Amino acid sequence: MSGRAITEELKGRFGEETVSVQTTCDGVPTLWVPRESLCEILAYLKTETEEPYRTLYDLTAIDERVRSRREGQPESDFTVVYHLLSYARNEDLRIKVALRERALSLPTTTTIWPNANWYEREVWDMFGIAFEGHPHLRRILMPPTWEGHPLRKDHPARATEMGPYQLPEEKEVREQMALQFRPEEWGMKRSREDTDLMFLNLGPQHPGTHGLLRVILELDGEEIVDAVLDIGYHHRAAEKMGERQSWHTFIPYTDRIDYMSGVTNNFPYVLAVEKLGGIEVPDRAKVIRIMMAELFRIISHLVFFGTFAQDVGALSPVFFTFNDREKAFSIVEAICGGRMHPEWFRIGGVAQDLPKGWDGMIRDFLKYMPPRLGEYERMVMKNRIFKARTKSIGAFTFDDAMDWGVTGPGLRACGFEWDFRKKRPYGGYDQFEFDIPTAQNGDCYDRCAVRMEEMRQSLRIIEQCLNNMPAGSYKSYHHLTTPPLKERTMYDIETLITHFLNVSWGPVIPAGEAVFGTEAAKGNNSYYLISDGSAVPYRVRIRTPSFAHLQMVPFISRGFMVPDLLAIIGSIDYVLADVDR
Amino acid sequence: MTNGIIWKLIIVVGVLVVTLTIAGGLIWVERRLLALWQDRYGPNRVGPFGLLQVLADMVKVMTKEDWLPPFADKAVFIIAPAIIVLTVLAAFAVIPFAPGVEVVELNISLLFFLAMSSLGVYSVAFAGWASDSKYSLLGGLRAAAQMLSYEVFMGLSLMGVVMMAGSFNLVKIVETQREMWYCIPQCIGFVVFLIAGVAETRRLPFDLPEAESELVAGFHSEYSGMKFGMFFVGEYLGITLVSALTVTLFFGGWLGPVLPPLVWFTIKTFIMIAFFVLLRASLPRPRYDQLMAYGWKVLLPFSLLNIVVTGGILLAAAN
Repeated sequence: MSGRAITEELKGRFGEETVSVQTTCDGVPTLWVPRESLCEILAYLKTETEEPYRTLYDLTAIDERVRSRREGQPESDFTVVYHLLSYARNEDLRIKVALRERALSLPTTTTIWPNANWYEREVWDMFGIAFEGHPHLRRILMPPTWEGHPLRKDHPARATEMGPYQLPEEKEVREQMALQFRPEEWGMKRSREDTDLMFLNLGPQHPGTHGLLRVILELDGEEIVDAVLDIGYHHRAAEKMGERQSWHTFIPYTDRIDYMSGVTNNFPYVLAVEKLGGIEVPDRAKVIRIMMAELFRIISHLVFFGTFAQDVGALSPVFFTFNDREKAFSIVEAICGGRMHPEWFRIGGVAQDLPKGWDGMIRDFLKYMPPRLGEYERMVMKNRIFKARTKSIGAFTFDDAMDWGVTGPGLRACGFEWDFRKKRPYGGYDQFEFDIPTAQNGDCYDRCAVRMEEMRQSLRIIEQCLNNMPAGSYKSYHHLTTPPLKERTMYDIETLITHFLNVSWGPVIPAGEAVFGTEAAKGNNSYYLISDGSAVPYRVRIRTPSFAHLQMVPFISRGFMVPDLLAIIGSIDYVLADVDR
Repeated sequence: MTNGIIWKLIIVVGVLVVTLTIAGGLIWVERRLLALWQDRYGPNRVGPFGLLQVLADMVKVMTKEDWLPPFADKAVFIIAPAIIVLTVLAAFAVIPFAPGVEVVELNISLLFFLAMSSLGVYSVAFAGWASDSKYSLLGGLRAAAQMLSYEVFMGLSLMGVVMMAGSFNLVKIVETQREMWYCIPQCIGFVVFLIAGVAETRRLPFDLPEAESELVAGFHSEYSGMKFGMFFVGEYLGITLVSALTVTLFFGGWLGPVLPPLVWFTIKTFIMIAFFVLLRASLPRPRYDQLMAYGWKVLLPFSLLNIVVTGGILLAAAN
């Protein structure tokens, strides 16, 4: 695999015994490094090596204490995983550090990557691994009063495993006090030069935050001096649930991660499982998947566009785009049965074949949509007030984007032509023709413009799907396909047994690790799955674009005004369920 | 003499009833019109065409808990919503709906209107301040700055009309439009007045004091029940007032062929109101500093220019 070069480079530089290699079935070079040389190695990878790994793509941990299938890996109770991304090499790199239970701490990497901040807090919150030197190491997703670290294997997953929930008055008071914001804790001052600063609590209930997000603003007049984001109000323990659902029954949970873009969430999950299981998907299933995913990309962007326009005060576009979305949903409904959360992808294919008449509906939609987009262009994108509200607001550069792990339309808005569908074609995207829209300034307007163009490109892809839908099966004949094709179950005992097991227990996916990232509507969404060779995943890590992008908001909104903040968070296009999982 | 008083009383009561009814009816009109432009239905369940929706809303708003925030400055908090309704209603006193149909004919009726609309700012500023909430405060501050600034351009934009008519008397101003409506020679003044009028009524695109996506509900965040209803009614009264005044000043008031004057006045006013609603359906909201910059850097020079040019032409014509 291509990771050999960097492995040799690191061995040469830091010593043969420092780096040990683990083979994983996803082909991502995976290196174990000792705790002491971690920061040094990471800093080297980010800045010194040729074609550096400039982005900290993900940072998470694994509770290894009850994992049985760890052949060839160093002893470890808890493993912290740094997932780096190099755009120059178009390569990933996974750095792992083994920790023993008695010494659960690591030096912080916030000095190397600013976006390590939230990730380290999450690891602390979920696993209780401390990061020395972290500026604000406190809980991020769980409430500050929570006891225990939920993603540890000994933490209960079901409410019934815990005592009945009670809220006596003193507990209520305590919980409320814990929500009180104290500026000093965040290193904020109450005054600046000769002005007193005002702290404005925006959310978690606020019409402009698109969900349960709390922003605490430090204001001088209406100018934003600093901001602190408080997330976790939408946390639903999706990763923990993954450890108790079977491989198959976890699919519906994925739909609800980024609840605006339905099956787009299924995509990375089933691709990762298929990689673990070595399942090859037939062409028809591939094209159906792509068609549905692109339809949902349009749906997600339409919601973005309408609500973004509403955030800057235009009341009408949201009604127009929701009407269009309704048209798209009627197609989704005809094909999948469901609408927002169709749970349509399956391990090894999709749930069912396309229904009769699907092509007519798609064709109508392809005719209907482009004039509508043209209308939005004229109504909103060319409006002078809209331009005044969004141009040069909340801009970030390509370098910032690298530092903060920005992917998707936000990255393309800084002028970087990068789309995972093009650069790492997955699931059959290499067979399609489409362009990668980019913009130059990286501001709110550009992020919106990129998404507008992406809708057109998605229509192009859907049209190609329509014209070239292959014949054949919509599901693989592989034995891990769930639920399996039933045609031959009554003829031979092997298929009957497989069918029975896959439907009742769920498939047993071979032990191993695999990550799969896809270009979701909001950016790169990936699932890092660890199988211990059983019917349930050992660890499900969901890396979502919204988490990475939202973290950047204070950085890009300093010095702007309160209305700009709303434009900025609108342009980021996040979904709180995608942030908190 | 007694007849005169009774006639006046009838007009006073009539104007009061009609304007308040229109303000209430506007809620329905606006919701239906907005719905029409936004590809949806709007209220169409209560009564024919949903007309009784207003009544249902009234019942609801009257019977809702009228909550007084314990942290608010009580007296000011209560007075604030009353001010807006009072000032707008008072301003209606000088509007000539048709020949003879007006409450009072003042020689300075235009100045009276400007004075009343200036007083209106107290309502929002007080409301924002007395609520003792940060969102309300920000809304109140925005309102004060916005309304004070646009007051200036509003007054200046009307001077052209005053010069051409040679009077502050609204009846005279209408009478002098028999040849030509002032919206043609005073087109600059008209546009500036219209923009300032929208800003005065705090309607989108100038709804910054209540900007929902930013300030929740701005200056009236803490208001509920009928006190909130008063702001609501005040806003719709304001739209009606500005529309009526625009018609009086720039569109020949009650003048028009065939139909009776009052009908002409009503039709014209309604078209203006519909225009207000259309604005709300189509424009985004500028930022606070952009709004101020636009006012002082664009509208002010234009209205001054308008005064100079109009004055110059009038002088030349007189000579």
